[in-house]
Amino acid sequence: MPKTNAVHTGSVLLTNDVGLHARPSVKLTQLAKRFGAHIEFALATAGPWVDAKSPVKVMRFKAARGETLHFRASGGDAVEALAAIVALVERGFVIEAEESSQPPQG
Amino acid sequence: MEKRFAGRSASPGIALGALFPLTIGTGARVASGAAESEAEALRSALRAAGIDLKDLIERSNEDAAAILEFQVALLEDDVLAEPAFSAIVAGGAADHAWLHAMQQEIAGYEASDDEYFRARAADLYDLRDRVLAHLTGSAIEAAVPPGAIVAAVDLAPSRFLGIDWSRGGALVLTAGSTTSHVAMLARSRGIPAVTGLGVDLAELSGQALVDAHRGVLIVNPGPAARAQFDRDAKADAAARALAAAAAIRPGVTADGTPIRIMLNISDPGELADLDPSICDGIGLVRTELLFHDRQGLPSEEQQYAVYRRIAEWAQGRPVTIRTLDAGGDKPIPGFTPTGESNPFLGVRGLRLSLARPDVFRTQLRALARAAMHGDVKIMLPMVTQPRELAVARDLLDAEVAALAAAGIPARRASLGIMIEVPAAAIAADQFDAEFFSIGSNDLTQYVAAAGRDIGAVADLADPTQPAMLRLFRCVVDAARARRIDLSLCGDAAGDPRAIPSLLAAGLRSLSMAPALVGGAKRAVAAVDLRSIAESEPWPA
Repeated sequence: MPKTNAVHTGSVLLTNDVGLHARPSVKLTQLAKRFGAHIEFALATAGPWVDAKSPVKVMRFKAARGETLHFRASGGDAVEALAAIVALVERGFVIEAEESSQPPQG
Repeated sequence: MEKRFAGRSASPGIALGALFPLTIGTGARVASGAAESEAEALRSALRAAGIDLKDLIERSNEDAAAILEFQVALLEDDVLAEPAFSAIVAGGAADHAWLHAMQQEIAGYEASDDEYFRARAADLYDLRDRVLAHLTGSAIEAAVPPGAIVAAVDLAPSRFLGIDWSRGGALVLTAGSTTSHVAMLARSRGIPAVTGLGVDLAELSGQALVDAHRGVLIVNPGPAARAQFDRDAKADAAARALAAAAAIRPGVTADGTPIRIMLNISDPGELADLDPSICDGIGLVRTELLFHDRQGLPSEEQQYAVYRRIAEWAQGRPVTIRTLDAGGDKPIPGFTPTGESNPFLGVRGLRLSLARPDVFRTQLRALARAAMHGDVKIMLPMVTQPRELAVARDLLDAEVAALAAAGIPARRASLGIMIEVPAAAIAADQFDAEFFSIGSNDLTQYVAAAGRDIGAVADLADPTQPAMLRLFRCVVDAARARRIDLSLCGDAAGDPRAIPSLLAAGLRSLSMAPALVGGAKRAVAAVDLRSIAESEPWPA
């Protein structure tokens, strides 16, 4: 299953006012958990990479506005997962009813 | 299927209802020592905290819910408790492991440059305490349905007081002792209690019947047991009605000798529904609970507020407040000595107060100030030799003088002693006290060298055996010679079977749990002192 082992990456600028605080972190990790893919998150491509499904770890980064969030994913629905997560950050974490069917953005 | 468990009656009465097991924690948490069970305790507490939060979210508005959802998200993330579980595997206790792990996590937030992240530390504190409350059990009482039969391994006094007993119920403990604080509180509230059932708490669920007269718990009672219960319930209701009627009458024997009936209490909350006219005053206020239920020792102001409340409730009747009687069976973590091979013979009661004069002085000041609001008397526990009384008196006089110098209203309350050490009972005439009160529980244990909570020797600790009655008589004579008040404030004082012997020994003032007043007055009324040669009148 070549697709399973492939690592997909994505990055997005954090533009919301208060950064990746409590509510955005919860939304981000909840979204990540809806996918079977292994998804990691970092503030630099060099790492450290942490589990994007862990709100405890995501919060530990204390990502501020203006920082770039990096994601990498592997496994079955990795592509869809990355697309959905990047879209969520781009929307400033506003959850849309149909977010999972949003077209990939970036 | 009906199952019967035998224990010991810690508070008489009967009850029928649903068992409510308090499975997590026993107040002051005692680590099991086994990593398996510590880990399970933490898992249960995490689960319970999650359920709490989800309940709260349902009842909250959108903004509050969002904050709580953040806590739920953290709680459901295994990463959060991972270091705690590692610490448990390494031999740590669940509560310490959790606290330490959360402290590390919180430190990360508090160190942030970003005000927003620093503020989130409050959520982590909240989460920390919510889980901790489940770990130590203090969050569960509120969930106990009124009228339930509460089952636990043992129960801290504060947790007993946290339960709503207004609709009855009962308490059954798989461990515990009949002389523990919680047993005392159960007697005080008239809540049936059975201790020492020696059964796994897991077996205690479903409908159950408590017969605390016989010390029996029947789970899933069959028709025969229920029929017996109905008969007992009628008899109990009749006895309660008689006791209630007797409670409002004065204590007087068949021959017309007045007997003062006083109350023993541990918490002003016990007085809430009580009419002061059922008693002649409060013969014993235990102050240990004040020192148990707080972070650190209570301040002078905190103590003063409590003592004043009790003094005002009594409406001019005497209120005898015992200074801190910590140690022995009443340890206070961080205050009482640890590692004593026999705490009952160690630094306890007044001995501990004299070893910690800072704490003692604070209590004496609070008492002298409360004495402005009623007939407050100060009673010293575990006095052994007259010089201890002299030292305590000097301290009290010095504090009263200091309060006067500072212009703070206070009064030198009368100072008396508990007679509970055999040395003090035998040589009671040597003590220059302003009143005596026999503590028959400890005195009996020390004289008989038998603990009442040790089933195999409990019968030896009979407070009405000849040795005890002679000793009581000896104290009665000493009090009479000194022309000072004497009372008796052990469990025997409220026990209808012991009352005839106590009155025959010359006692004329008995102090007991509020729930026992009616029964005691009935027992007093049945005694005719004219038929007892040994008895002599005693001024009320």
